[in-house]
Amino acid sequence: MSTAPERAAAPVLELVDVRKSFGPIEILHGIDFALHAGEVHALIGENGAGKSTIMKILGGFLAPSSGAVRLDGAPAPYTTGAQAEALGVVVIHQEFNLAPDLTVSENIWLGRELGGLFLDHRAMRTGTQALLDELDSPIRPEARIRDLPVSDRQMVEIAKALARKARVLVMDEPSAVLTHKEVEVLFRQIERLRAQGVALLYTSHRLEEITRLADRVTVLRDGAVVRKAGRGELTEDGMATAMVGRKLEDIYPPKRHHAGAVALEVRGFSVPPLVKDISFTLRRGEVLGISGLVGSGRTELAEGLVGLRPASGEILRHGVPVKVGSVREAAACGMAYLTEDRKEHGLLLDKNLAVNLTLSTLARFGTPFIDAGREEAALTRAIGDFDIRAPRRDMKVGNLSGGNQQKLLLAKTMLGDPEVVIIDEPTRGIDVGTKSQIYAFIDALAAEGRSVIVISSDMPEILGLSDRVLVMRHGRIAGELEGERLTENAVVRLVMGTNEQASGSASHV
Amino acid sequence: MSDSTRSDPARADLARADTARPSLAARLPGLSALGPLLALILLVALGAYLNENFLSAGNVTNVLARSAFIGMIAVGMTFVITSGGLDLSVGSMAAFIAGVMILAMNALLPSMGVGVPLILAGMGIALGAGLLAGLGNGLLVTKARIEPFIVTLGTMGIFRSLVTWLADGGTISLDFGVRQLYRPVYYSGLFGIAWPILVFAVVAIAGQIAMRHTRFGRYCEAIGSNDKVALYSAVNVERIRLMTYVLLGLLVGLATIMYVPRLGSASGSTGMLWELEAIAAVIIGGTALKGGYGRVWGTVIGVLILSLIDNILILADLVSPYLNGTIQGVIIVLAVVLQRSKSSA
Repeated sequence: MSTAPERAAAPVLELVDVRKSFGPIEILHGIDFALHAGEVHALIGENGAGKSTIMKILGGFLAPSSGAVRLDGAPAPYTTGAQAEALGVVVIHQEFNLAPDLTVSENIWLGRELGGLFLDHRAMRTGTQALLDELDSPIRPEARIRDLPVSDRQMVEIAKALARKARVLVMDEPSAVLTHKEVEVLFRQIERLRAQGVALLYTSHRLEEITRLADRVTVLRDGAVVRKAGRGELTEDGMATAMVGRKLEDIYPPKRHHAGAVALEVRGFSVPPLVKDISFTLRRGEVLGISGLVGSGRTELAEGLVGLRPASGEILRHGVPVKVGSVREAAACGMAYLTEDRKEHGLLLDKNLAVNLTLSTLARFGTPFIDAGREEAALTRAIGDFDIRAPRRDMKVGNLSGGNQQKLLLAKTMLGDPEVVIIDEPTRGIDVGTKSQIYAFIDALAAEGRSVIVISSDMPEILGLSDRVLVMRHGRIAGELEGERLTENAVVRLVMGTNEQASGSASHV
Repeated sequence: MSDSTRSDPARADLARADTARPSLAARLPGLSALGPLLALILLVALGAYLNENFLSAGNVTNVLARSAFIGMIAVGMTFVITSGGLDLSVGSMAAFIAGVMILAMNALLPSMGVGVPLILAGMGIALGAGLLAGLGNGLLVTKARIEPFIVTLGTMGIFRSLVTWLADGGTISLDFGVRQLYRPVYYSGLFGIAWPILVFAVVAIAGQIAMRHTRFGRYCEAIGSNDKVALYSAVNVERIRLMTYVLLGLLVGLATIMYVPRLGSASGSTGMLWELEAIAAVIIGGTALKGGYGRVWGTVIGVLILSLIDNILILADLVSPYLNGTIQGVIIVLAVVLQRSKSSA
């Protein structure tokens, strides 16, 4: 398979047989990966394939469990991101590392300010201007980061990298936040850096960008390199196939749902500013998957449906229009949403299990006084029903494992006995064993006649669970897949926007 | 069976844990919770050692009655801080309410005459003014979405200036006849216990129950712990926050009702620095300053600690009473340092 172009020049930065484990779980299985001067190397793969772990190891933010990181052929001497930067290995993270209240110039020189006792503002401004000129950027050195559009911030990050004399530049999905026009500017800068001999790592979910930019492509799947190719050797279709390329594992329950009457109908639903004109139906006993890239509006849609965001459009339950302006009203209509962010939106990490379990349904536990006995009984039932494994009942939820937190969150959501359950990223950051348990719970919910919407970035999960799949792109429904047409390739193509024949897919990049 | 959680899969234990109890160590409040109580006991012992009159009924009543005003306010403040808020305006608010109450009673005197109805009308006006003041703070925080610190810093100045203006820079005095009738509300009592102490006790007990055993208290803790989680859990975050400020306003009104008969007057310096004492009492008592955990009985102990220091300094003649503020300040800083070392442990 390995058909990477042979080069005489030695790589600048290289991973040799790198493995990485978190606890007992190995998530990178012997990665070989090299960045060469004057080349753009694209790293692609599904979410969870291990891209960000590789980038963190390259940038000094994580140490490999075994294997070597080599800089100029010698073991890389850095152990932190700051040390790596000092040696010219710079990572531009998806969430920028800029102080929003400081100016462009202040950010670029942050930590390496010029001058002695007093700052040499003029020298720094001149230096910043020179860098920005080099990048052909009209940004003013005095502008505050807060006032700049995202694309300009990206440019400041690149200028910052240049100021640190970057020899290796790792870019984590830099185009994800940019408009079409801004992407063009970004590409010109990348090409310029390449011409200057910088070694670049580029990641993106947009495969047409890979085709245009990359001198080499490495495809990751499940923490292993499955394909290496040189420029022009792999079509976008080939990339998608290589990224997906696996059979569904049997951690998924068999699909045996018998969809009943329509439980939920959504018409012309918009959640400003991103989600526009969404319409779909959901039946009793059905699992509806919603797929799409991060930022495609899936979570915004779900939060709009349960009243967490201002939205417009019609929601019908059993054919009757309902008004959902808050989570309480959603609960009154039998709808519940299980957030993707269990640590920030789902659970009170410094409270115990019972307090978390009953928080959204506390009115059922006594008025005016909360009946502690009933709370404890509910917890006992939840622990049994959802197999929550906690060393102690009165421990803080923040000390539970991610899987047990997720089970508790599921128990909390189901305590309200909702008929329509929207579950956002049901298994994010959870080990495989707990995953299959959660899949079984979701399957059981449908079997009981409830309607379930599963939002997930995990392609096998979407396919393994769903009876029907909606794919979202740029805040709209890019297509709906069911039955025979529900295949990984079809979903990936809709997600990536490389599909021409799928129904309802009108949008192109 | 308290120690059997380690060996087996924990679930079996948990499933029948209805009868299981946490170990003794887990049930006892931690040192951080007992700290203020120990400090209080030490202070009482010190006071008794330094002055034989310290434990006399007269002195105890004096200390408790003077604690009562700050105490009622501090109980309300506990809910505000627990839900992640803050109210700097309570001292000025008390002065303003006292001024309004006295002026209203004086104005009603010709039509109503000296009598219980006039006193009741005054009380009603005080509670109403407290409710409106708290509502104003709460609406600015929840609807206008302004930082509680800024809102209440602003209203602190407003109330203080209003009462000074109402008093025309001097003192607003209650009519002498009315004052005679009203006096017993501060100076008299039931079963030998002064009214302010009784009312404070009722407020403290009701507050403790509300914090521990009602939805309101649970929601306050949830909002202070993480307001996003509360919002996603169908808690009406804005309304609960608003209610904490209204409750505090009402309690400031109640404190004022007990305070006015003591001196029968209000001026620009009434209730000076009460907000700092109330906040200090809450923090000393173990409520988390950033919210998420509230302990009403701790607040009561905090109030008592602050008043006892004051009292002992006056009685003992050991250190100048002018250093009272210094000692209180040291204690407040120490309390927060202890809180932090607990949370980082």
